[in-house]
Amino acid sequence: MQTVYLVGGMMLVTFFIRYSLLMLPARIRFPAAFQKALGYVPPAVLTAIVVPAVLMPDGRQMHLSWRNPYLIGALLTVLLGRLSRNMLVTIVGGMAAFMLWQWAVGAF
Amino acid sequence: MRTANRRREFFKGARDTLPLVIGAVPFGIIFGTLSGSCGLSAAGTMAMSLLVFAGSAQFIAMGLVGAGTLWPMIVVTTFVVNFRHMLYTATLRNHLRRLPRLWQIILAFGLTDETFAVTVGRYRQPDDSPDKHWYQLGSAVFMYVNWNLCTLIGLVAGRLLQGVGSWGLDFAMVAAFIAMVLPYLKDRPNYCAVIVAGAGALLFNGLPHKIGLMLAALAGVAAGLAADMLAARFSPPVTEREG
Repeated sequence: MQTVYLVGGMMLVTFFIRYSLLMLPARIRFPAAFQKALGYVPPAVLTAIVVPAVLMPDGRQMHLSWRNPYLIGALLTVLLGRLSRNMLVTIVGGMAAFMLWQWAVGAF
Repeated sequence: MRTANRRREFFKGARDTLPLVIGAVPFGIIFGTLSGSCGLSAAGTMAMSLLVFAGSAQFIAMGLVGAGTLWPMIVVTTFVVNFRHMLYTATLRNHLRRLPRLWQIILAFGLTDETFAVTVGRYRQPDDSPDKHWYQLGSAVFMYVNWNLCTLIGLVAGRLLQGVGSWGLDFAMVAAFIAMVLPYLKDRPNYCAVIVAGAGALLFNGLPHKIGLMLAALAGVAAGLAADMLAARFSPPVTEREG
């Protein structure tokens, strides 16, 4: 029963967030500065999710070391993205780099 | 003619989302795999992917279920974590507001980070194709089908393979998000936004219910906007310099 409330609640809030602004009357426009600010939302949000995941893989402590495969994997992913400018190469290559590094840290 | 154009937009949207779909594969599988050990039933896990369709929020919810958090608290956390999607809707609103209600409902339901990142580029292209929403639909449908298939695979695999959780498949999300951020990094305001958001996320990491994520994102947006306005003030428009 708890699960029904949980999933139902999560579904409702998520859909509300994604849909509610479309219910505003079509003639209402957002101010120019707000529209400009929206352009910075995706990089800011995604970075705010990624940086702690990479630097604090356990969710508590900073792990600034070459033995942290999340950190090295992320740096290699950035490098790969800069060089290739191709999303597929960046993601697949980044994952491969991460797994290789994780294996190497465990092996040596 | 029109039908052919719609079909073309739909499949182009799906194709352009392929790299992000691949990035979501391990992420979806690991969600299905780990849910059992966190005490979420198979039906609950599947229902979450089918009805909520929000990868990072589902992961965080799963962790909270495992920690014994009460469901209303998890719903509140979901609201905070997913609030960024309201800004996505705000960004796409000019393109979506004239569509029929049913279209709006479907496209809003499927507005994930990935589909937003791909689709916003399509809407910004200067051609006046009247069917750009079909592109968004193609992207969202591909992400949705893939996410649910991967959840299902993970549910099955989790009962067969032991220790999948320690393979580090969660790095897929990191790689996918990095690939989505990189195209933004072409001017100073965007660098400011990203640096401040990243530093803020570390600084506010200890706050409960992922409030730190929201604060860091807002700080990043404010920094980007401030840098943008400073740049506009200190570098006069080209026409003035010529005059």
